[in-house]
Parts: sequence; structure tokens; C-alpha cells
Amino acid sequence: MKNSKYLPLLATFVVFVLAYVICISVFPNMLSTRVAGNLLTDNAFLGITAVGMTFVILSGGIDLSVGSVIAFTGVFLSVILRDTSIHPLAAFVIVLALTTAFGAAMGGVIFFLDMPPFIVTLAGMFLARGISYLLTTESVPITHPFYSTLQDLYIRMPGGGRLTLIAMIMLAVFAFGIILAQRTRFGTYVYALGGNLTSAQLMGVPVAKTTVGIYALSGFLAGLSGIVFSLYTSAGYSLAAVGVELDAIAAVVIGGTLLTGGYGFVAGTFLGICIQGLIQTYIVFDGTLSSWWTKIVIGLLLFGFIALQRGLMWMSERSARNMRHASAAQASSA
Amino acid sequence: MANAQPLLSVRGVSKAFLGVSALENVDFTLKAGEVHALLGENGAGKSTLIKIITGAYRRDEGEVLLEGTPIFPRDVVDAQKLGIGTVYQEVNLLTNLTVAENLFLGRQPKRFGLTDVREMNRRSRAILDTYGLNIDVTAPLANFSVAIQQVVAIARAVDISGKVLVLDEPTASLDAHEVEMLFAVVRQLRERGMGIIFISHFLDQVYDIADTITVLRNGRLIDTVPVAGLDRLKLVSMMLGRQLEADVKRTIDPNTAKAEPLVSLRGLGKRGNIDPLDLDIRQGEVVGIAGLLGSGRTETAQLVFGIERADSGTISVAGTPVNMSSPRKAISHGFAFCPEDRKTDGIVGDLSVRENIIFALQAQRGWMRPLSRSEQEALADRYIAALDIRTSDREKPIKFLSGGNQQKVLLARWLATNPRFLILDEPTRGIDVGAHAEIIRLIIDLCERGMALLVISSELGELVGYSSRIIVLRDRKMVSELTGDEISTEHIMKAIASHGATGEAA
Repeated sequence: MKNSKYLPLLATFVVFVLAYVICISVFPNMLSTRVAGNLLTDNAFLGITAVGMTFVILSGGIDLSVGSVIAFTGVFLSVILRDTSIHPLAAFVIVLALTTAFGAAMGGVIFFLDMPPFIVTLAGMFLARGISYLLTTESVPITHPFYSTLQDLYIRMPGGGRLTLIAMIMLAVFAFGIILAQRTRFGTYVYALGGNLTSAQLMGVPVAKTTVGIYALSGFLAGLSGIVFSLYTSAGYSLAAVGVELDAIAAVVIGGTLLTGGYGFVAGTFLGICIQGLIQTYIVFDGTLSSWWTKIVIGLLLFGFIALQRGLMWMSERSARNMRHASAAQASSA
Repeated sequence: MANAQPLLSVRGVSKAFLGVSALENVDFTLKAGEVHALLGENGAGKSTLIKIITGAYRRDEGEVLLEGTPIFPRDVVDAQKLGIGTVYQEVNLLTNLTVAENLFLGRQPKRFGLTDVREMNRRSRAILDTYGLNIDVTAPLANFSVAIQQVVAIARAVDISGKVLVLDEPTASLDAHEVEMLFAVVRQLRERGMGIIFISHFLDQVYDIADTITVLRNGRLIDTVPVAGLDRLKLVSMMLGRQLEADVKRTIDPNTAKAEPLVSLRGLGKRGNIDPLDLDIRQGEVVGIAGLLGSGRTETAQLVFGIERADSGTISVAGTPVNMSSPRKAISHGFAFCPEDRKTDGIVGDLSVRENIIFALQAQRGWMRPLSRSEQEALADRYIAALDIRTSDREKPIKFLSGGNQQKVLLARWLATNPRFLILDEPTRGIDVGAHAEIIRLIIDLCERGMALLVISSELGELVGYSSRIIVLRDRKMVSELTGDEISTEHIMKAIASHGATGEAA
């Protein structure tokens, strides 16, 4: 039964390996650092925000605002760099402070007003998107030279692939997320909240601080994801990143995290991102398939993983029941 | 130990909720190295007293001294830091975390700012070792039985608090073996000089483990007495405030046995649930179902009531075969069913007593014909009076009632539909002694008024007391039907144990 905790992660890993093997057998060119580098670069912003989403979902919550926050970040940066002479680094700090505070505020509302995260972050989603429109409705290009400097930073991998700055940021965020989840009190508290809120409270978990912290983290990472997205697209557009929150949730669930909270791993989310990226890459290589096939395959995978999770829960409930019956029978015969 | 000052002393503590007194001027003294049982019926004030000691409630009057110093715990966590730890009936740990994480949640050892998992696991193993528990501390807590989870909870409470340990009905869901294991731990803690407050409904266990007993009744202290030499009957009368009548077997009118059966089952069964069985139930009869847990008792009731669909056999009502495909059908034939787990299958906690009572009747009439408010109120008042349901008000949410009174509301719900045939699954589980006797009286009363009843109970003495006939199930088979003079606890036990009892393969 100990394996059951790791089983969804294992399933994700198997799916990933299978998908990769299929891809390579059809397009041998896909086995290259060039493809791997592009995959990481193309999904960097999604990966970063998915790390935040993993924490939110592990705690039993949901954050629907991240797509809008990414768009807001991009618009904010593009407008501020166009209209003022602030250095991009300072703008980054300002926007990260804003999105972190925004997330913390949502966490505060969720805890102190005892509101469902779904509703609170839905409101946050409209709010952030609305403010982006307020700033500008146009797509504003970012032309600051510092941006070009950042975009040109990369490590050349053997085989000619490029590990870009934003891919490195994503990998760093994943490493940070894994350590935060597995090796800190905050991480354990997140799992505790997702396991059983009442027990967590009775065991002295600072529920208020942790809840606020989780959504602040998600807001911060959405902001970081927005910065990465603006580096990736060199523009800010209020209609950008629509539905990214759902892609992030999909990556988290495909990565084996239980939607009801308490079980899952940040590393699984990384695999979830890679699987989504692989499917996209396959479609690009094929050239004849419609890009909507990505959605179809993701949909099927989601169904598969939800069924897997349900099956695992059902199995563990059944064995727990059997255990109870067996011990109860012992009791009455004793 | 003899002259030591008390570890914990409560003096003249009172607490009222919305003007209703829950605890009045109660004294309680716990010595180090003592297991002190706190007894009383539901509503006696046990849990109020415990919650005041553990910081969940604040007292209105009086003082609580820990080692001679007055304490004012702000909340449960604060009380823990002061040295008072609590373990509840439903283990309040996190089953998705590992054993070690549960032991060290909130105080994980750190190295370079990060949790030192190796050190945490090592220390967890060391802690559990002192309890004679050798388990994989890196496995999720969910992998272990409730008894082991209970010991982990105790280990955590002791490790954090270390002076006073409150055990609030820790044995409710444990089997005899597991209780013994838990008690070994409790004895060991007593040796170490901890003060232990033990709350339980099981008098046997209290006699087994406790040194001293304090009895509360209606929020007042009745007495604190040493266990040694305490007469059981005296203890029960202290708890109830009245003398218990000795159990007698009901005299059964021999004519009922000749009447036409109201409900008859022929070869009714479902693979994997219960083997086919024949059974007749007549008006004015209580048929008891006895058997171990997992022997197919509840499954039988569910087949009869249409919750599960039988794959063989027939059910006839008053001689006519019927298709019992759903509870709705069963209700339309005048059946009623009070399930075992009232919290999950029965009451709707946030609705009022009145709403809970009218449920089944309204469902039977259909939503197109709503009961008027005055009809509802009349009905509720009638049953509150008839069944002596103790509630301040018929509009009170049912979750605030005690277990026994919730059970009576459930009964009222079904009685309101005026059933011909009533199925009760463990009607007296988890309710206090007084309400227990009332429920039994009610069963007998209903039967004498001509209702047919099918009652499942683990309490054999109780079944013997009111049943006209008893069927005994074992391993999902009916193994015996006892009538007349055969009805006795001894015969039931023999029937269960016959054929060398292969044990339960539930």
C-alpha cells in the first residue's frame, strides 16, 4: 500500500516514457537536445505557474486567477517600459510585489471570510483581466534593450540545443518547489491542509498563515510566469494567456496530484508539463494535424488520470474496510 | 506520590451556554501517576469539563491549577504547550502524512534551514520504540490500523505535552486485542508519572484501567471515588441517578406465532452479501438478528428494504409477492428502516428536529403535496412528547442533540409514516444508558401495539430481552432460528460458535 502514494507519479512517468518512445519511433529527430531545449522554452511560463498551482491543489484549493495574472503582468511591464524610464529589473520587482500581494489577498479572503477558493479566485481572475484591459487593449511591444540581452542568454547543450534563460528559470522554480514541498515546514503544512483541515488545526498548524502563504506563492509564481511570458513574446497583451490556469490544472492532475488535495508531487507536475509539451511537439513535427489535437489528447489523458485516482481511492477504501471488518470480527469473537 | 500536590486541580468551575448551565461548581483533582476515569451520561458535562481543561472553551467561573499554578489556556495548542495533551475518539492526525511527519508536525528538526528528514525519522523510531511499536515511520499513517494511529496520537501528545493526557473515548472503534495494546501504553505512561484522564462508555474498561472515578450528572459533580471496591450497580446508579431495573425476558403472546406472516422472505439472497434465507415476520413480533460484525446482518436488512437488490428469492407482503427494487417501493408497502450509522445515513445535522421528523412522511406523500407548517409542527410536537425527545425547541438543529435523542428523532421520522414493518439496525449503539433503556421500552411498546419489527443488535442481552424470535447469522448465512425458551444469550453464542467457527472472512 505504501506504493499507492507514488503510483500516480509512476503512472505519469510511464505515460511520459511511452509518449516519448512513440514520438521518437515516428520522428527520430525528436531525440535531440534541440527539441528538448525548445520544449522547455516553449512551456517555461506554463511550468512556472503550474508549480504554484501544485501547492494550491495540494492544499485542497484551486487558483483560477493565474492566467489573468500572467496577462496583467505582461501588460503592466509593457506599459511601464513604454511610458516610463524605469529599468526592467525594477519593474520586475514592482510587478512581483503586486501579484504576490494579490495572491495573498485572495488567500486572506479565502481563510478569513471562509469562502470557497473557486469563487474567490474566479473573482480574482475577472479582476486581473479587467485591470489589464484598463491599462491597454492593444498588444504593446517591449523594445527595451535589456529584454534583448535577457533573451539572448542561453547555455549551449551538447547536440546544439539551447537551454534558454527562461527554461533555466523554470527548472530552478521546479527545484525550489520540490524542496519547498518536501523539506520545509511550510510544505508539510500544505499537505496537512489538504489532508484534513480540522486535524491540521488541532495539531497546531498555522492555517491562516499557510493559506495566505499558498495563494501568495501562487500569485508570485504567476507574476514570474508573466515576466517569462513577456520575455518569450516580447510584448504585453491583455488577451494573452487565456485559459492558462486550466492548462496548469491539467498539468498538475496529469502529474498525479489528487484534485481533492493531500497527495501529489511537484516533480509530477514537471512530467505533466513535459507530456503536454511532447504532444505539441509531435503535432508540429507531423505538420498535418490540427493543433486542437493537443486539447483532445490532454482531455483523454485527464480522463485517464481521474479514473486512475478514483480507482486507487476505491481500492484503498476497500482494503481499509476489509481491515476494519476483520478486526471487528476478531473483537466480537474474543 | 502520597503527599505530592495534585498535578491538575479544577476548583469550582462553572460554564453556561446562552444562559443554560452546562457545568456548575465542579471540582476535579488529578494526581500524577493516576488514571482518572470521567463518567457520566451524555449531557452530564464531561466534554464541557474536558474542553475547559484543554483550552477549547473558556470557563465562566472557578480556577484550573496545573502543578499549583493557575492556567488560562487560550486554545488547544496553548494547552498543549502548557503540558495538557488530548487524544480524541476519531484520531485527529493526518493520514496522508507519514508517521514521522505526524509525530513532528510543527516542530520538525531542521538542518541548514530545511527539515532534517533522517533525524526526524530516527527520533520517531526512538519515540515509538518506547511504546513497543516497531513500524515503518516513513509510511503514510493511513497504512496502519486505528489502534496504531491511536498510539501514534498518544505518542505525539505525550511528547509535546508530557504532564496531563486526556483520552476522550479512545477505545470506541478498537477490538479487544487493540484495547489491550492501548491499555499497556496507558499503564506505562502511568508508571512514568503522567496524569491520565480517561473517558469511556465501557464500564469494563474503566474497571480495568482506572484508579479513580469521577461521576458527573447534569453538569454537577456527583462523587469522586477510588475504583477498588466500588460496586458496579452503585456506579451505574450514580451515573443515572436512579436504580436500574434488572433485565427480564418479555412474555410473548403465543397467539402471535400462529398469525399469518406480514412479511415473508423465501430464498432471499444476494451473492457476496448474504446467502438465500427464509424468514417470516408477523404483526406483533420482534425478530432479532444476531451475529458478528460482517456476518451479513445489515446486508439482510438492506435487501429487505430494497437498498440492495436481491439476485435470488422473493419477498411477500401480507401474502402477495412484491418487487422490492428500491427503498421507495419498500416505503410504499409500509416498511421503515433506521440505519446503523445515523450520522452518515440518517440525520441531516443542520436541519431542525421538526424537519428531520417530517422527512420520510413528506417523501412518501410526494413533493407535490407538501405538509403544511402547522401539520408539521403538530407532528413534531406529538413525537417529541411521545418519545420524550429532549430538545429545548423543535426548531433546534438536530446536530446539537445528544446521540440518544438523535436516534429518537430518527425513530420518530419513521413512525410518522405509520409503518407496518420497522427495521432497526443497531438502535442503541453509541447512546447513553438512560436513552438506551427508553429505546428498548419503545421497541416493546411498538410491538405490543401490533407492529412487526426486525431488529439488528450486537448487544445479545438486549436482543434476548425483547425478541419473539432470533435468527443467527454467521459468515453470511443464517445458521439458526431460536424461538421460545431457546432464546438466550448462551444459545446465540453457541449458534455463532458452532461448526468450529471458521472465523470471519469479511
